[in-house]
Amino acid sequence: MIFFLTAFFVSVTAASTPLLLAAVGELVAERSGVLNLGVEGMMLTGAVAGFVIGRLTGSAALGVMAATAGGAALSAIFAFLTLTLLSNQTAAGLALTIFGRGFSALMGAAYVGVKGPELPKLDAPGLSHIPFFGPVLFGQDPLVYASFAIVAGVAWFLYRTHAGLVLRAVGDSHDAAHAIGYPVNAIRLGATLFGGAMAGLAGGYMSLAYSPMWAENMTAGRGWIALALVVFATWRPAWLLGGAYLFGAIMYLSLYVQGLGVAIPSPFISALPYVVTVVVLAIISRDRRRIRLNQPACLGKPFYAGA
Amino acid sequence: MRFEPRGKVSILWTYASPVLAIGLTILGAGVIFWALGQAPGPAVATFLVAPLVQAGGLSALAIKAAPLIMMGAGLAVCYRASVWNIGAEGQFTLGAIFAAGFALAFPDLPGWLLYPATLLAGVIGGAAAAAIVAFLKSELNVNEILSSLMLTYVAQYLLIYLVTGPWRDPKGLGFPQTAMFSDGATTPIVVEGTGVHLGCVAALIAAIAMWALLSKSVLGFQLRVVGEAPRAARFAGFSERRLIWVALLASGGLAGLAGMFEVTGPIGQLTTDISPGYGFTAIIVAFLGRLHPIGAIFAGLLLALSYLGGDAAQIDLGLPNAVTSIFQGVLLFFLLACDVLILFRVRFGRPRGKPVGAAP
Repeated sequence: MIFFLTAFFVSVTAASTPLLLAAVGELVAERSGVLNLGVEGMMLTGAVAGFVIGRLTGSAALGVMAATAGGAALSAIFAFLTLTLLSNQTAAGLALTIFGRGFSALMGAAYVGVKGPELPKLDAPGLSHIPFFGPVLFGQDPLVYASFAIVAGVAWFLYRTHAGLVLRAVGDSHDAAHAIGYPVNAIRLGATLFGGAMAGLAGGYMSLAYSPMWAENMTAGRGWIALALVVFATWRPAWLLGGAYLFGAIMYLSLYVQGLGVAIPSPFISALPYVVTVVVLAIISRDRRRIRLNQPACLGKPFYAGA
Repeated sequence: MRFEPRGKVSILWTYASPVLAIGLTILGAGVIFWALGQAPGPAVATFLVAPLVQAGGLSALAIKAAPLIMMGAGLAVCYRASVWNIGAEGQFTLGAIFAAGFALAFPDLPGWLLYPATLLAGVIGGAAAAAIVAFLKSELNVNEILSSLMLTYVAQYLLIYLVTGPWRDPKGLGFPQTAMFSDGATTPIVVEGTGVHLGCVAALIAAIAMWALLSKSVLGFQLRVVGEAPRAARFAGFSERRLIWVALLASGGLAGLAGMFEVTGPIGQLTTDISPGYGFTAIIVAFLGRLHPIGAIFAGLLLALSYLGGDAAQIDLGLPNAVTSIFQGVLLFFLLACDVLILFRVRFGRPRGKPVGAAP
């Protein structure tokens, strides 16, 4: 039992971390009023950039940095289109996903089936070997701890700092924020780049820690689930933790149940996380008032500062 | 350089923008080929010209364009109403599943009955997938972007389950595919010897029908108003719920129809790969066609060419056919960028005139 529980918690953490990272980045972008539907494309770009650089340099740490930069670079295209050229954010986000899918497939074509570097797990002397608590609390890879720190940092930033207040103001009323003199587009650019960097990091986690390899389309819709998680959390960082770990648990259990050879056909089990996403969205969104209270009022709306 | 509002929609740039975007994309494709170590000119020619001039090129284009035009026209209607259905791929898949299910269950019905019924089953399948999205949006306030996309994954797994499980052809040597459909359930060829099938004609009819719906009917007027000015639509008493259902059922039904033609026509059976992402490409078709169903015809032909070009690049240049999605993504990037010219004009230098409140 203790073995199962240890494996369960360690695996669920691994499955949840990319969701949490991608979602917390998107949450910040959305809080500033930017709806970037390109999370899936940025994750794939991050995954391939992380894997290729990690493999070429032999350093998983450099891979993680490349993944972050790759996601941010893709989000810069999005920022240019939507902030400078005032494009439709929905369309630009989809373009990012379509492009990211193709770009990552092209870049990774030579790396399919190749072994890459793996992000090492923490090995604290003594601590990591305590039964159950050791592997679960002290034996994860560094990005797991980083993901918690980032969520805490984002929550602190949004609710406890002046800059966070300004960012939320920009998301709730860009005209008012502009009238006071805040640089709406610069703030949105920063939030978008942060979102891209986190999505890239999430992708890097997939290709360097979760399953250290590159495969075409390896994120399998996780970017979209991350977008759904932001709605699930009603744009509040603390709630993301619960949501990401709920979905991580479902993803892990669906793999685990398939391994047991249960009589349920495996495609049904594979489809489960997507069905659960829809059900959860329905439960959360039903309460229109709650959505309207928490959703940034300018989400997805273009802002033109005037001549 | 800065952008100055025109104060109105530029009709010229509404139509010039896609042309400029296509030009820029071709240049961009040259740069990408060059970065991949190819000579840009010949590589672009392989990608965009060679597929057309070779024997059977035009009919191959028509076959690839049919599902794109059909779905793009439906999505154009949907997006005009500001309903962001991005799950056409899933609706396509469910349409194909329904049609295949009917065709496999009643292979011996007379053709005059079997074929129309199979066609109807496809439409119902696609519309059913979209109806889930419509119900979730209109009754439970669920964002249609996320729900329609999630259902695409579900439809994909349902397809895998059916063709590897209960519907698998026992004589298929273990391949994940169903039996071939009977003659009565097969989409007829329209032009002998080319493979151009009824679906290609139906795509044109669908585009014209969607244009009529959008531009010539009261319902279409309501769809456009709810998309452009939702408050005005509310004051006018248009039922937003009803319009959500109309937009989704129209686009879902057409996607299902496209799926039906694809499996009963060019493919001839149900397999696990029935679409190279037609449903997602159709989104680009809708935007490139200016969210106008007739525009979707031209846009569908161009994007069909990008699939043929991807195959050609794979065979002749040894490149992964992912260049197709890169081309499509870059095209949408440039299109969105060029669209800024519809509402703004580019000005160079400092703004003329004094800022408001400045000293005289």
